[in-house]
Amino acid sequence: MSALLEFLKTYMWPLIFAVVIVAVLPLLAGYVVLMERKIMADMQARLGPMRVGPHGLLQPIADALKLLIKEDIIPENADKVVFWFAPVISVTAAMLAYSALAIGPFFQIAELNIGLLFIVAVSSMGIFGIILGGWASNSHYSLLGALRSTAQMISYETAAGLALVGGVLLAGSLSTREIVQAQHGGTWYVFVAPIGFFLYLVASIAETNRAPFDLPEAESELVAGYMTEYSGFRWAVYFLAEYANMIVVASIATTLFLGGWLRPFQGTPWMDFLDFFPPLCFLAVAGYCFYRTPKQPEPIQSMVMALFGGLCLLLAAAMALPFVPAFAASKPGLHGAFWFLLKVSLYIYSFMWIRFTFPRFRFDQLMKLGWYFMIPLSIVNVLGLGVYRVLRQLQWSRWPAFVLTTGGTLLVAIWLVWNAQKKAAAPSSVGDMTEAEG
Amino acid sequence: MVNDPSEKKPPAPAETPSEKPAGASAEKPAAAPPKPAAPAAPKPPAVPPPPKEGPVPLDNDLVKRFKARFGDNIREAWTDRKQAILVVDRESLAEISEYSRDDEGFDYLVDLTAVDWPKREKRFDVVLNLYSFKKNERLRLKVFLGEGENCPSVTGVWSTANWLERECFDMFGIVFEGHPKLTRILLPDEWQGHPLRKDYDILTQDTAWVRENLGIESGQ
Amino acid sequence: MSDTRTTGFPGVEQTVLGADEIIINMGPQHPSTHGVLRVKLRLDGERIVDSECVIGYLHRGVEKIAEHRSYQQFAPYVDRMDYVAAVSNGLGYCEAVEKLLGTEAPMRAKVVRTILTELQRISSHLLWLGTHAIDIGALTPLFYCLREREEILKIFEKYCGARLTTHAFRIGGLQYDTYDGFEAETKRFCLDFSHRVDEYEALLTENRIWIARTKGIGVLSAADAIDMGATGPVLRGSGVKWDIRKAMPYAAYDRYEFEIPIGQNGDTYDRYIVRMQEMRQSNRICLQAIEDIPAGPIMGKVGKVLKPPVGEVYHSIEAPKGELGYYIVSDGTTQPYRVRIRPPSFINLEALDKMIKGHLVADVVAIIGTLDIVLGEVDR
Repeated sequence: MSALLEFLKTYMWPLIFAVVIVAVLPLLAGYVVLMERKIMADMQARLGPMRVGPHGLLQPIADALKLLIKEDIIPENADKVVFWFAPVISVTAAMLAYSALAIGPFFQIAELNIGLLFIVAVSSMGIFGIILGGWASNSHYSLLGALRSTAQMISYETAAGLALVGGVLLAGSLSTREIVQAQHGGTWYVFVAPIGFFLYLVASIAETNRAPFDLPEAESELVAGYMTEYSGFRWAVYFLAEYANMIVVASIATTLFLGGWLRPFQGTPWMDFLDFFPPLCFLAVAGYCFYRTPKQPEPIQSMVMALFGGLCLLLAAAMALPFVPAFAASKPGLHGAFWFLLKVSLYIYSFMWIRFTFPRFRFDQLMKLGWYFMIPLSIVNVLGLGVYRVLRQLQWSRWPAFVLTTGGTLLVAIWLVWNAQKKAAAPSSVGDMTEAEG
Repeated sequence: MVNDPSEKKPPAPAETPSEKPAGASAEKPAAAPPKPAAPAAPKPPAVPPPPKEGPVPLDNDLVKRFKARFGDNIREAWTDRKQAILVVDRESLAEISEYSRDDEGFDYLVDLTAVDWPKREKRFDVVLNLYSFKKNERLRLKVFLGEGENCPSVTGVWSTANWLERECFDMFGIVFEGHPKLTRILLPDEWQGHPLRKDYDILTQDTAWVRENLGIESGQ
Repeated sequence: MSDTRTTGFPGVEQTVLGADEIIINMGPQHPSTHGVLRVKLRLDGERIVDSECVIGYLHRGVEKIAEHRSYQQFAPYVDRMDYVAAVSNGLGYCEAVEKLLGTEAPMRAKVVRTILTELQRISSHLLWLGTHAIDIGALTPLFYCLREREEILKIFEKYCGARLTTHAFRIGGLQYDTYDGFEAETKRFCLDFSHRVDEYEALLTENRIWIARTKGIGVLSAADAIDMGATGPVLRGSGVKWDIRKAMPYAAYDRYEFEIPIGQNGDTYDRYIVRMQEMRQSNRICLQAIEDIPAGPIMGKVGKVLKPPVGEVYHSIEAPKGELGYYIVSDGTTQPYRVRIRPPSFINLEALDKMIKGHLVADVVAIIGTLDIVLGEVDR
């Protein structure tokens, strides 16, 4: 009995956080989908989901219900065990990555000293789910999708990893918490290593199979890639894994480059009024909800709207809690989580923005971009940041060091682009395929 | 290669038909002769064709050149609605096509189709619509085919003919000799009959195929 | 698998890795075959070794139906062929029958026909642009295109009550005169539209991914294009400056000034540019035509019962997809003896096998898109 108590004492919070992650993540992913549809609709001069709940607020729940009760079809000649197991691998890998992420200084399941390495390693296991699913479907579209996915992940994992090394080099630690704390008071690493951030942005889009790199599931070419034969719940699980992965890469980028849970201008005292932003933000949303409540066409929609407004009010109250002297200690936890999630949302928003603006790359072009541009540039970037650290240790002031290293890396980038253009001018794009495939 | 017929010829005023047949300025006809292509068609006496619209024998430079080259293989030549039509011999179709393309500049096969006249001795017209980018002229070649007679393929002359001949085979059952892959194109391979033949009644579908493949009785 | 194994296809010595080929059935249910086109692809990795189109899934026997309907009764059927450009189909058919009858529509009817047909060309090209862009992965232009297309469809709806299969024209002229405000609405649309084309071009024309995906893809040389019988923007994209509106003007096209845009390389990008320019030119024609619509009757002198004299006629127009021809044989009765439709989509699609050979799977959808086919017209 006492052993159990002892166990609970040590592991109570991690257990609670784990349960919260598993319970909330699917919901969160559902609402990321809703936001994506809304943002897409806004960019495309239309309204998006408007039917289920006010402004489509209950759409994710309706979607989830629909997917759960949909017929689950397993193709005749599929490898049934692998077919069943593949989506589970994908989603497990995506969720496991959260165990080392720090959403605020307090909210973290496990503080690992190799946190970042663990996250990168575990989330790249998700590729097994995709390959196995594509292979087990026994369909050519799925197989092609899976093969594309493999090649793409391997190429871009390298670039993404090297881009992360830059940040790790600056922080001097692999622990997510320490990386964030290293940015405290100083500058966020996005301002020290903008090229590294850019490389990670591109690579993370490719890694999560988002447009313009969504070749493994390019619906106009491969129908749905590795997911072609999946339906109902299993399909939903793949989808969940994809969106969970998106949140993971956004969290990594936030931790490493955007100062994690830190408020903007943390070290500047006159900017402290920004502390009022989280409660006021929720208050504004709540106000809008209550303003719109009487204008809903159906009473049930008014009710949902009012409920949502109430929820926002509650969150605003929670965010205002640290201003009560007795609970001042809760400030880093609550506000940290707010800023962290806000940054993650902005990062994901940039994903969506890119998705709705650009056409899709072709496979060989994607590979060329990966191997001829991203990887060389990320290596140079690591070297540049190393030089930056040395210069700083030699007591150079920040600006000359920054201009020197970033400028140098930029020059290499320009040279790479120029070189690629010169190469592309000569032979036809078709003839080059052999090279890219080999 | 840039062809621009439009720059050579200013657009005609809208009131006159703008399409010029192949050198149709030739001669004015006295009376329209009976249309040779349609002896089987009932000709209602109540509606006499206006002299302007009927088929008119044609004997301009183009036809003369064709006749000089191929002699009796050019059976007839006339214009209908100011559009030039040449009836050519079945055996020499490929040759004549090649000549039309290379020497007369009819490099674009607009269309290839057929018309079924079941009561006529030679049942089918195979109709080739040609166009010349250089001259901005159209020309129609016709071949009369009896039941069971094959038509030489012109796929070697114009690649377009490939699908057009397949469609013609599909719809009329006309076999094109020398076609690389003469199979049905619009209808299923197992379909019986050729729908655009006049004796293929529209109420008669291939009921066997419908029953077997769609699982329904054809509702016609 | 031995490395010396040959593929059995001329020109392709062996697969890159000496591996087996994959056969993929693209369609008839596939997101980007624009209907029920089925393309059998033989792939080496992702490269097309060989392909074959299977069509006919939408075959309705339009030509046979024509033989069992009177001339007027058949007119609505032609709308169902190229259903995204029904007005153009109707124009071709009506003019062909008029030619067969030896009559002509009055000038006012011709001008209104020209305006509506050009609007239809814009709307057809808009739908092409949207679907082509979405095939290549750009999601957003589709909705902008549909927004403008909606305005055109509203004009159609106000004019004749239908949006898609309009049956806007009658043999001999028009049934309906223009509605009040037709000129003003069309003019407003046209004035607005040239800025809208700039918007689409801003999204795509200079986009590096778009250029990378379309330049050098599906190249069709001018000689090949003529040999394959390709017409419309496909032919013009290959650099042949030929447009029936200029070469053999019909309706009221000889009254207006416009250019024939052409490409140089005959690749997908050139065809894209050609169609974008064509939209601007159509807009220009509309603006000129709307300025002075001549007064007068809208219906020529044709009887209630049409009995064209014995004979045959071929008449073709420049439909949005290419040369749309009608070859009509009359036996002097009220029903056509034979109606042959020369479908531009069908013949342009024939070039597909040639164009996709050696390309990748991703290029297949780009090339199908650039051909701008409508399966209703391919299969008839």
